[in-house]
Amino acid sequence: MAGLIAGRLAGLLLTLFLVSVAVFAAMEVLPGDTASARLGTQATPEALASLRAELGLDRPAPERYLRWIGGVLTGDLGTSFTYGVPVAKLVADRLAVTLPLAGLALALAILVALPLGTLAAARADRAPDAAAALFAQGALALPNFWIGLLLILVFATTLRWMPSGGFPGWEAGIGAGLQALVMPAVALALPQAGVLTRVTRSAVLDMANEDFVRLARAKGLSRRRAILRHALPNALPPILTVLGFQFTFLVAGAVLVENVFNLPGLGSLARQALVQRDVVVIQDVVLIFAALTILVNFAVDLSYLLLDPRLRARR
Amino acid sequence: MQNPLTRLARLGRATAAALALLGVGTGATLAQPRSDIVVGMAIEPAGLDPTVAAPVAIGQVVWQNVFEGLTRIDGEGRIQPQLAKSWTVSPDGLVYTFDLAENVTFSNGVPFDAGTAKFSLDRMRATDSTNPQKQFLANVVSTEARDPKTLVVTLSKPAANLLFWLAWPASVMVEPGSAATNRTQPVGTGPFKLGEWRQGDRLTLVRNETYWNAADAPKLDGATFRFIADPQAQAAALQSGDVDAFPEFGAPELYAGLETDDRFETVVGVTELKVVAGLNNRIKPLDDPRVRQALMMAVDRASLVEGAYSGYGTPIGSHYTPNDPGFRDLTAVHAYDPEKARALLAEAGYPDGFALSIKTPQMAYATRSAEILQAMLAEIGVTLTIVPTEFPAAWVDQVLTRHDFEMTIVAHAEPLDIAIYGRDNYYFGYDDAQFKAAIASAETSLDEEKRLEAYGTAQEILARDVPALFLFVMPKLGVWDARIEGLWHDEPIPANDLTSVSWRE
Repeated sequence: MAGLIAGRLAGLLLTLFLVSVAVFAAMEVLPGDTASARLGTQATPEALASLRAELGLDRPAPERYLRWIGGVLTGDLGTSFTYGVPVAKLVADRLAVTLPLAGLALALAILVALPLGTLAAARADRAPDAAAALFAQGALALPNFWIGLLLILVFATTLRWMPSGGFPGWEAGIGAGLQALVMPAVALALPQAGVLTRVTRSAVLDMANEDFVRLARAKGLSRRRAILRHALPNALPPILTVLGFQFTFLVAGAVLVENVFNLPGLGSLARQALVQRDVVVIQDVVLIFAALTILVNFAVDLSYLLLDPRLRARR
Repeated sequence: MQNPLTRLARLGRATAAALALLGVGTGATLAQPRSDIVVGMAIEPAGLDPTVAAPVAIGQVVWQNVFEGLTRIDGEGRIQPQLAKSWTVSPDGLVYTFDLAENVTFSNGVPFDAGTAKFSLDRMRATDSTNPQKQFLANVVSTEARDPKTLVVTLSKPAANLLFWLAWPASVMVEPGSAATNRTQPVGTGPFKLGEWRQGDRLTLVRNETYWNAADAPKLDGATFRFIADPQAQAAALQSGDVDAFPEFGAPELYAGLETDDRFETVVGVTELKVVAGLNNRIKPLDDPRVRQALMMAVDRASLVEGAYSGYGTPIGSHYTPNDPGFRDLTAVHAYDPEKARALLAEAGYPDGFALSIKTPQMAYATRSAEILQAMLAEIGVTLTIVPTEFPAAWVDQVLTRHDFEMTIVAHAEPLDIAIYGRDNYYFGYDDAQFKAAIASAETSLDEEKRLEAYGTAQEILARDVPALFLFVMPKLGVWDARIEGLWHDEPIPANDLTSVSWRE
């Protein structure tokens, strides 16, 4: 167990190092910099030069990389060129939106997909299965930003039950915060629930055809009990793997939905930082995405150990 | 689809009204007019100091609200006194003596006097200044605080636009103690001060209780700016009442729907945003004026405005808007005439046309215009290839700085900026002695008639030579709650001056 964690930690650090080099290099190659973004059509060579000197952009690339990564290693994420505030504060503010949103969406997806997928497997090739398949196909086919627009049209502009977008901040109260996140979470969750329903169905169905489930049935267990007691628990590892992917997708890939609902999440920060060439922010955000992805996958691996005693024994 | 929903909505509202009658809702607020406003903007400002960065979004939040200048520009585009109550100009036009307002303090308590005014101007014109409009003060030889309420500015040659330029967001008054941190903690002499800036979402202003100008005190207690990029989200925010006003609504195609809605007042105003398709006059075949003229004649501006901006917007024939001083309508100089354009191309040696690329920023007006230009130029045999170019960073690097382009398209936001065609090595690569002389005369002429005449000449030279395809002036698609008054209808300078905004009973 300890060996596994140490190995993963080393892998994490190596990956983060490679990611840091890659993102730094990518920003170097990209045309334009924050000085040109700030001066726009009024940029003159002299103004560009003095602004670059002021921001330290005229220093050689290795020096700038070391200054950035040295700061990150000592816990200093640097200062945003655009906003002039510490990146750590910017990112913390955005994570306070993005993580609850992703968590809420994932919870919704699980709440819908797990029962529905299991039901579909239990009643394979009958009406509930067909209904679940229809739901999954439909949910998958609808782009999440479009679902978002539809939700806004119905619940915000027509019925006026919900805010049309924006985020009041958690200090406005948990209720107000959650209210702002409900519609975006539904929009994000639906396609994910579609995927998860399909995965759950086939994973449970695979297990239902295994010998141990047949044995359970032969011993006189009802099909329903056999599935809930024996097939479903054993179907969890593949479902968890997909969940891990989905969580990282929800954190990193929510940009479109954040845009529709005008949520100040990590995705919109990354987008704006890119437009403004706020390189320190982009580099930090990419590093955080990478770290988050690795950590989530690690958590998924650990959960296999919890779910499957055989893996623990082998170590 | 619409019907049952509307019915449901009516039911919901009826229920809400019933609840309000029972005292459940927040019925109390209905009686009094509101004292705050939520203003929507498409683009969030990058920093809040208009003296160090060019994006117009900065001025649209802080100019007149947080920061003030020696002079200001009002909603009709006139120059008005502000921190300078009055001024005298020496007969030779070289010495400006400003009489400054007294008992003025910055929102941090620091008093404003001639010393602070001198500091602000000197900071703007310093060698290492990154002020985007530094050139405004290029003629200034010295600034002097003669006494606490008298500022004297001496010029090397007359500057006819000085009072206009001093009114710009880039020329606002700042004080030494807070100048360096204005980007995040703006401190000005204005009627509001910064409440909170929640980056990526909203910014609040609160009334400055120590505001000096009782005659011009704001009616609102505070204001919130919300930044909503997506046009659909903008419309939704208006319709759900989350945002009270979008002074510059983002999507012309959604605007018609708001125009018919009684809850909103919609005002199509004029701006200073000139959409021009810049040509690289340095390279073949665009160095031949006949070729540029032929391209201009291939463009049907009215159809372009129709396609790119749903018909809102005013065609222009030069780099000048109808609200600029001494405007001349020059759209007829190279009016739409594909026949003549083809003949002119043949005369210039391109009977079969040629290929051209256009570096096109991602903004909707630019991409749509480029697509329409592509179709129009195809009519005279010119094959236009659209090259997406991210604005501002990549565009500034490739087009503006390295001149690595053939054709491009962008809106120039600065008011009265026709002089950019006389700038050495600006991106058009246009260099014309006559034009430079006309601009010099306009900018230094003390006689108003001569000045307007010179601007007329400058417009005509550009219309004739076509250093860029002059297309149209963007409209200001204003939309706000019908109970709001006092928002600017036009935009003589990019701004959201909230000083006189209020709610009707």
